Amino acid sequence: MSRPGFVLEVDDRTPPLVVHEGQGFRLEEFPLGTRVIYPPESLPAIDDVDAAIREALLEPVDQAPLPAQLRPGMRLTIAFDDVSLPLPPMRAPDIRQRIIEQVLTMAAEAGVDDVQLIAANALHRRMTPAELRHIVGERVWRSFGPQGLLYNHDAEDHDNLRHIGLTDKGEDVEINRRAAESDLLVYVNVNLVAMDGGHKSVPIGLASYKSLRHHHNAKTMVRSHSFMDHEKSHLHHSAWRMGRLLKEHLNIFQIETTVNNDVFPAPYEFLMKREWEWSVKDQASVLAARRALSVAPRRLKHKMFHELRAPYGLTGIHAGDTEAVHERTLATVHRQQLVEVDGQSDVLVLGVPYLGPYNVNSSMNPVLATCMGLGYLFNSYRGQPVVRRGGAVILYHPLDEGFNQLHHPSYVDFYDEILAESTDPAVIEAKYEQQFATDPWYIHLYRTSHAYHGVHPFYMWYWAAHAMDHVDEVVWVGGDRRAAARLGFRAASSFADALEMVSGTVGTSPSITYLRNPPHLIADTR
Amino acid sequence: MMLALEFYRSVSRHVVGKAAGGRLPGLLSGYAAPLRLVTVEEPRVDRPGWARLRTRLSGVCGSDLGALSGRTSLYFSPLVSMPFVPGHEIVADLIEDCEDLPAGTRVVVDPVLTCAARGVDPCDACVGGATNRCGRITVGDLAPGLQTGFCADTGGGWGEVLVAHRSQLHPVPEGHSDEQAILTEPMACAVHTALRAGIRDNERVLISGAGSVGLLATLAIRTLTGAGEITVVAKHHHQREHALALGATEVVEPGAALRRLRRTTGAFLVTPELGAASYLLGGADVAVDAVGSKQSLETALHATRAGGRVVLSGMPAAADLSAAWFRELEVVGTYASARSETGLDGRSAFEIATELVAGDGVTSLAKTVASYPLHRWREALDHAHGAGRLGTVKVAFDPRSER
Repeated sequence: MSRPGFVLEVDDRTPPLVVHEGQGFRLEEFPLGTRVIYPPESLPAIDDVDAAIREALLEPVDQAPLPAQLRPGMRLTIAFDDVSLPLPPMRAPDIRQRIIEQVLTMAAEAGVDDVQLIAANALHRRMTPAELRHIVGERVWRSFGPQGLLYNHDAEDHDNLRHIGLTDKGEDVEINRRAAESDLLVYVNVNLVAMDGGHKSVPIGLASYKSLRHHHNAKTMVRSHSFMDHEKSHLHHSAWRMGRLLKEHLNIFQIETTVNNDVFPAPYEFLMKREWEWSVKDQASVLAARRALSVAPRRLKHKMFHELRAPYGLTGIHAGDTEAVHERTLATVHRQQLVEVDGQSDVLVLGVPYLGPYNVNSSMNPVLATCMGLGYLFNSYRGQPVVRRGGAVILYHPLDEGFNQLHHPSYVDFYDEILAESTDPAVIEAKYEQQFATDPWYIHLYRTSHAYHGVHPFYMWYWAAHAMDHVDEVVWVGGDRRAAARLGFRAASSFADALEMVSGTVGTSPSITYLRNPPHLIADTR
Repeated sequence: MMLALEFYRSVSRHVVGKAAGGRLPGLLSGYAAPLRLVTVEEPRVDRPGWARLRTRLSGVCGSDLGALSGRTSLYFSPLVSMPFVPGHEIVADLIEDCEDLPAGTRVVVDPVLTCAARGVDPCDACVGGATNRCGRITVGDLAPGLQTGFCADTGGGWGEVLVAHRSQLHPVPEGHSDEQAILTEPMACAVHTALRAGIRDNERVLISGAGSVGLLATLAIRTLTGAGEITVVAKHHHQREHALALGATEVVEPGAALRRLRRTTGAFLVTPELGAASYLLGGADVAVDAVGSKQSLETALHATRAGGRVVLSGMPAAADLSAAWFRELEVVGTYASARSETGLDGRSAFEIATELVAGDGVTSLAKTVASYPLHRWREALDHAHGAGRLGTVKVAFDPRSER
């Protein structure tokens, strides 16, 4: 039986606590009275995964069983979440592989021979063959990859996009033509956090810039409170409108999966445990890891972390109608991640880990670190933010990883030129987004190399818009001062210094809450 | 007799300069330059139209520093006569009457020693007003010398007294400070650069370098052409401020120049193998190299669109010209200024320059001019080498000064 999440109040007996900071972590002593939110322990995993998948496909929610929807001569497309999920990547076999293999088996049994598989990467970078192979498995890759029947979605291939129509709010719905013109679109999702899945899968993952711009903008995202609660997120409201329009034109069979909180493999399991419960072996691992990280060159540290594969256990799989499925998915996600928190605090502390959705096998540049901290981690709440309006956020990350020129070419220009002029999401959106979105070189690199779309750094900045609007102070502990200044924030050398720096806003005895994430959690703030 | 700095022939110092001048220019010009402070006879040319002048200020130009640190091409060796007193950016007082100009008139000097100054029949270039292209700069009444400041007979601004021909003299208007006036000659060069650049309306211009050459070129191009966006490459913060005040649309650091132009022009950036410099397919319509270094020239070549124009405003270093061939670039030289500029209805570049230096932008630049007496020439040259870093646009000698 796994224990639920809880809120610790730091007292005299509390040991130093793990705080993630990029490619490393530190043990921090927090002031007495600091609240520390721990995620629930890992839920038990489903033992027979293949049977669970089969059951979901044969007994879907509000739809006919999958075999009943398959027939000879039909056009079947299987879309799946890209490399941005889950985090860290899942130890092989990936759950998407196991699902896709069963779907393909049923399709073969039904005589379906027009099948294509599309990675729903929207404006994310094209995945490499190795990354695709890791997700779908060797067998599927060999059967479809070389024939060109398994590929990344191309949001700039205008011949292969189809404009479905406008929502009642005038939002363009434009998605991958193959998917749109299929008799059945099967979408295979990994619902790592509550933000994922539902109508965020097809209307976003297979969309074009023309469609995405309606919800990925400063105005919508600053009003999404929070991204982890689709009923209160304007971004999700837009995606839901688009999904409902799509449903009128397209038969979508949504398969959603949830995983438990087993995010760190051996010998890093101690990162998932509560510090006062560390065994002697755990303490030895902590010591060894800290020593190794303190002397390891940057490239070795990158390799140590980015080669981690999470031993996730499957906690649920549901298939069928998108909205009905997603309700069940969210219930499981909440069971794994929801923690009740009583009231807001003056200061929110966040440790930004080495990995976010957009630096898998890449580097966490300062813009991505901002998105990870102020976008994803800040928004890990339901109800109201953990920090009060006008409060402060203190983040841990060195902001020194630099930019991956292959994956993030437009980020370099965004950081050097745009943030130098303004850090206001609305201002930079109005002045520069179109330039980056239509830049032919960025489009070329997105389509032919492995670069995120030119507009992507803007989206990262918009993700942080709600946090930037909500709090008055943002300080990065251990952050590079020049990088922090470019981002419009400040850097401190220690937590004590950071508290001193924000004292003008929150006073000298502020209430502090530390979100001990990862593993993932959602603060259900009352 | 007068006090002057004299550039003399020294094979050993020239060899040292060629070997180390590129890496240690400051040290070299201070302690190993072929320059010395001497007491010599005042220069004298007993021919009609010539007069003596007493130097008030004389600037240190990039070409002076290049010569002192051994970086100037031997191409120019037949065009100078040794020993000579350097200094071709000059504001001075007439010691004696010179035709219509009475003694005491404050003048700036157009340094080009043309047919008129040399007492020979005008060559085709001089007849046409393109005096900077004069073909007789090695003959006539004077020893060889492309300009005052490179000729053994005329003296130069880095001495107390020099001689100049009436055709070279331009009176300084009342109200212009000496510091403004000293910028008139480089401003005239910038006017010539702007006209040679052939910029059409709304064309995008890159100016690589924000020393005095680049800054004044920015002003001239903004004032005299219909250029659209002007991007200036500047290393130092104060250069950024000046460039924006003089008409730049945007200022970028050297390392960011290609990326900025790529983005603003929608060009493609490609990177050759083995660490060679990246370049654009596409880019600016016109690029001006206002430094003359290999890096600056290659930035200009690599950032210009196919069929565009690269203007050599600084004395150029050897560079990879592959882009000029492959992108069919027009490479345009721009040297000094002409008495009758094409595009100015026959007006001289000095006339326009005199108007431009009266403006706020150049007035502000003039306030950064740092002057030194002749005996502190080592400090002056060190300062000139680090002018950008030290916030100075122009270093000058004031032979009248004792401190």
